[in-house]
Amino acid sequence: MDYADYLIQQGINAISLGSLYALVAVGLSIVFGILRLTNFAHGDMMMVGAFSTLLSSLAGVPFLWGIGIGVVAGAAGGMIMERVAYRPVRGAPDVTLLLTSLAVTYILENLGILVFGSSPKNFPLPDWLDTSWEFRDGALTFTSINVLTVALTVVSLLFLGWFVTRTTTGLGMRAAAEDMGAAHLVGLNVNRLIVAAFALASAYAGLAGVLWAAQAGVVQPLMGFTPLLKAFVAAIIGGFGSIGGALFGGYLLGTLEVAIVAFLPDEISPYRDPIVFALLIVFLLFRPGGILQPNREEKL
Amino acid sequence: MATLEAAPETHDAAAAPPLLAITDLTVSYGPVRALKGVSLHVEQGEVVALLGANGAGKSTTLRAISGLVRPRAGDIRLRGSSIMRLPPAKIVRNGVAHCPEGRRVFASLTVAENLRLGAASREDASGVDEDREKLLSLFPILRTRRNQTAGTLSGGEQQQLALARALMARPSLLLLDEPSLGVAPLLVRDIFRTLGQLKRQGVTMLLVEQNLSLALDIADRAYVLRTGEVRLSGVAEDLRDGERVAEAYLGSR
Ligand SMILES: Nc1ncnc2c1ncn2[C@@H]1O[C@H](COP(=O)(O)OP(=O)(O)OP(=O)(O)O)[C@@H](O)[C@H]1O
Ligand SMILES: [Mg+2]
Repeated sequence: MDYADYLIQQGINAISLGSLYALVAVGLSIVFGILRLTNFAHGDMMMVGAFSTLLSSLAGVPFLWGIGIGVVAGAAGGMIMERVAYRPVRGAPDVTLLLTSLAVTYILENLGILVFGSSPKNFPLPDWLDTSWEFRDGALTFTSINVLTVALTVVSLLFLGWFVTRTTTGLGMRAAAEDMGAAHLVGLNVNRLIVAAFALASAYAGLAGVLWAAQAGVVQPLMGFTPLLKAFVAAIIGGFGSIGGALFGGYLLGTLEVAIVAFLPDEISPYRDPIVFALLIVFLLFRPGGILQPNREEKL
Repeated sequence: MATLEAAPETHDAAAAPPLLAITDLTVSYGPVRALKGVSLHVEQGEVVALLGANGAGKSTTLRAISGLVRPRAGDIRLRGSSIMRLPPAKIVRNGVAHCPEGRRVFASLTVAENLRLGAASREDASGVDEDREKLLSLFPILRTRRNQTAGTLSGGEQQQLALARALMARPSLLLLDEPSLGVAPLLVRDIFRTLGQLKRQGVTMLLVEQNLSLALDIADRAYVLRTGEVRLSGVAEDLRDGERVAEAYLGSR
């Protein structure tokens, strides 16, 4: 196998991983943009999505429909979370919001453990997805899940782009993120926009959860924790609150992680996660507005 | 006639209720009492100026009408029915559009998108298209800048956009908060010429303005606020004699 094949293979891995980070980060940014809320429970909507797909598979629902159910379940979970946990503390100081979101995470994860148990469950894939293609005598491999991940990410992000530039609700969400008071004044129903933002963000988390579980082959209640932290790093790198920034940060982080493992000496690659989180600290200290908007100061 | 005491707010009970009637409005921001029992009214088709020094409570009055702040006491009635407990979006749907202090256009959205959101409260798509065309003719610069983000416009252009965005709601009452603020003098004259045009078309306005002569030129009546109270009110022409207005402003009584 030659080096070009190796590079291409790593590129495939990077895009696949970056897609997952982008899907999670985009939701974090949507909610942060409109409410200035860092929603740590966002990762738990991955669990909601993945378990909903798993349960529907076990009930005999075809897998593609199961993905849809996971997405819808994520969206519904987000709406309930907004109504029950975040609406009562709307407008409270940042610390209150932060503590609320930590409490919601804690409750959801323990609820997950209570219902599903803490041990990983097998995440069954249909045969047509449990395949991989090999090219150039096995030098290049990509799995159907890689393809599905990238395809669904691209389609769902195209949808997002359409939604926030062409629909009144999407434009309203961007307007409210920029100036909540002015959004009220033009007659937008800001409550509805916030619910829509949670639904949209959590739908993306649900999708990411299903795809993450499909790649890992297992699901467990705490599955959202690591991706959430990674997506948080991605969102910060791209500029927190900006949808484009979250996508950019997601793919950049995916590429970086794959590169650390692929190209750095074997003694260093186990330190991938510490390197990534060190990067987060560097950004928070020196470039809190992200790469794209270095001058913007944003409070977390 | 203008009196140094604010003229009592009275209405002929038999006549139709005024478009906007505010009685004894009290608003506090925490411990700060911003309005201490303000009463005023605006008749259909009138332009009423709300004057006063910095911090007098002019913006607070408009914010209370739009439902952005919750009054402690008093009442705000539109065509006789109270709108004081309604959420802001409902108040817009009832026909009140507010062009806020400092313009507050959505900087990252384009001019066209800002106008579209101005009509967020409306269901009549064809009427919206019609009004957009009218407003783009009224503010030709907005037509040229249509696909530019609002943040790239000059202060005067943003003010025109803010005004057009408010008018996209096809309001029966337009609340204007210092439309001359941060706008080049030449453009200020333009904007007031446009306001005059709107007045002739029958748009009812409650206008907050620091520029006294501009405000009194266009207004039918005026109220002067000081530290949250109406200190002077009357027909605009009677108030042109600046001495009493100055007294009401500064309280050198
Ligand atoms: N958000 C707020 N929190 C606390 N106090 C406020 C707030 N907004 C206004 N105030 C106070 O309420 C009073 C009235 O303010 P308001 O903005 O209504 O004045 P104004 O007449 O519009 O002044 P200006 O001409 O400067 O715009 C002022 O004393 C002001 O300091
Ligand atoms: Mg003001």
